[in-house]
Amino acid sequence: MEHLELFLKSIFIDNMVFSVFLGMCSYLAVSKKVSTAVGLGAAVIFVLAITVPLNWLLDQYLLQPGALAWLGDDYADYDLSFLSFIMFIATIATMVQLVEIVVEKFSPSLYNSLGIFLPLIAVNCAILGGSLFMQSREIPTLGLATVYGIGSGIGWFLAILAIAAIREKIRYSNVPPALRGLGITFIITGLMAIGFMSFGGMLTGGEEETTKEENTANVDESKENLEVKEVLANNIKVNE
Amino acid sequence: MGLKNNLHKLKEKYKGTKMAPAFNAIHTFLYLPNETTHNGTHIKAADDLKRTMNTVIMAMVPCLLFGMFNAGYQHNLAIGEIQAVTSGFFSTEFWTIDNFFIGFWKILPLVIVSYGVGLGIEFIFAIIKGHEVEEGYLVTGMLVPLIVPVDIPLWMLAVAVIFGVVIGKEVFGGTGMNILNPALTIRAFLFFAYPTWMSGDKVWVHGADPRVQNLADGATPDAISGETILGSLAQGKEVAYNAMDMFLGFIPGSVGETSTLLIILGGLFLIFSKIGSWRIMLSSVVGALVMGLIFNSVASSGLISESSKFYSLMSTEFWHHLLIGGFAFGTVFMATDPVTASQTNKGKWIYGFLIGFISILIRVFNPAYPEGVMLAILLMNVFAPTIDHYVVQGNVKKRMKRLKVKTA
Repeated sequence: MEHLELFLKSIFIDNMVFSVFLGMCSYLAVSKKVSTAVGLGAAVIFVLAITVPLNWLLDQYLLQPGALAWLGDDYADYDLSFLSFIMFIATIATMVQLVEIVVEKFSPSLYNSLGIFLPLIAVNCAILGGSLFMQSREIPTLGLATVYGIGSGIGWFLAILAIAAIREKIRYSNVPPALRGLGITFIITGLMAIGFMSFGGMLTGGEEETTKEENTANVDESKENLEVKEVLANNIKVNE
Repeated sequence: MGLKNNLHKLKEKYKGTKMAPAFNAIHTFLYLPNETTHNGTHIKAADDLKRTMNTVIMAMVPCLLFGMFNAGYQHNLAIGEIQAVTSGFFSTEFWTIDNFFIGFWKILPLVIVSYGVGLGIEFIFAIIKGHEVEEGYLVTGMLVPLIVPVDIPLWMLAVAVIFGVVIGKEVFGGTGMNILNPALTIRAFLFFAYPTWMSGDKVWVHGADPRVQNLADGATPDAISGETILGSLAQGKEVAYNAMDMFLGFIPGSVGETSTLLIILGGLFLIFSKIGSWRIMLSSVVGALVMGLIFNSVASSGLISESSKFYSLMSTEFWHHLLIGGFAFGTVFMATDPVTASQTNKGKWIYGFLIGFISILIRVFNPAYPEGVMLAILLMNVFAPTIDHYVVQGNVKKRMKRLKVKTA
């Protein structure tokens, strides 16, 4: 249940593109054709699914404050978390190299159409973002970390798939010249994010209060904001 | 004939100038054009885009009229002037001239602002871009007043209409090119930009505010809460309306969405004039029923405790979901929008089903957004091109296979 929840949450609610706007560079650049987008999306899923659990292991047994305790008591106080960025990036770069070799071997046409963007996955913010979110959200187990990686990847995949289909559809639209290309793509992304807002705040405040302290706090905050707004609106009315 | 000739003269006079599209639009909206193509046309149809749009508007007129009566009725009911309707659809408490005028004066400004601002932008864009004025806004402009609360401030509506028409439609090149339904873009903009004016218990009934004041002063509370049914359910409150009220539409809500009966009539009209897609309507109803049944069985099997936030909406009888909120209206008039829906027949089934399915899902699981239909349709608008792409690809693959079998 916990796994399923995190899975759905990372696909829809914390969607990499529409809720945190990560991984935009390749999302904008490689979304002209559905087939290419599918290839890149699949590569992102694969890389995320491998790097997040790998980085979870690194984080748990190397980087966290006190993670080195398994080496002996002398090392129990070490805090190597300042190394997380460089370690995470190193893992990611290695994995991307691996993916590149595999893709080149098994699907040369996909390799050609992805072009420079395949090596660029290494610096795709969604990938590093996945690992850093995993760290900052303190995902407790390896299984959950894997689920989180796959879920985030699928979320990103869905986003690039949808925008590629939309861009294929609007190819013949009479878009004002100034907006053609990237401009209209940004606008579409914004509008798509409105569509994805339907999931914002979903599943929060349910049965499992313990796992959701952060979220409920957020909801409470937004409720407070709403109340403040209401009070303000009432005041304005009274003044009128 | 006088007006037509004058318009024609104006049109000739301004031919080739920047203002020409504006006069052309007025002329062809009111009359058949003077010059029609004589030969060499390849597609012949009895009705052009304007007639198509007018048909949809005709289907919405009953909802609009009912909305006017209902706005007045809810207002009078809230301030305690009249009693609740008891004797069915043609009850005399409801269809009074008094009710109508209150609603008329509240809703007419909404219609005027919606059309005035929206068409104004369409005209400006047509003149700047030098093409004919497009008809797309005719339907959107009618939909907008029907899907907002009665007491929405007019300037908010104007801002939202500007956003919806410019960002939602014109930047894509105008009618027929947009990705999201413009009317829903407008509503979503209102919903996220001014949430206090789009939910709660103050906006759905005209004059609900003074009533709250009265209650605070010690008046006896009545059964009417001023909240929409979905809003009450999301908060786990009791609902004072029975299913018949919901079906006939004597409930608070957005202007045109309350009367399921009249929406069904409008829907049948659209289906018989072959303008709305029955595939989408049917499949989204099926989707909603399926999701409702799933939730009902979850609630009755005891998997979820009664104290849970979701319980009251989950245990709502599955067919009630079709009657409350904007589900019927959204399904009939918004989901079937031929531009933003799936274009392929198989795609329409998937698209409609997912709309029904997701809208009930959002209703139940997302207490912050009691109205799931709007967001579900927007979400499926986003994915409609993807669905189409795969349906088309599937068909291509099937035919390739057939070809191979034949040639082999």
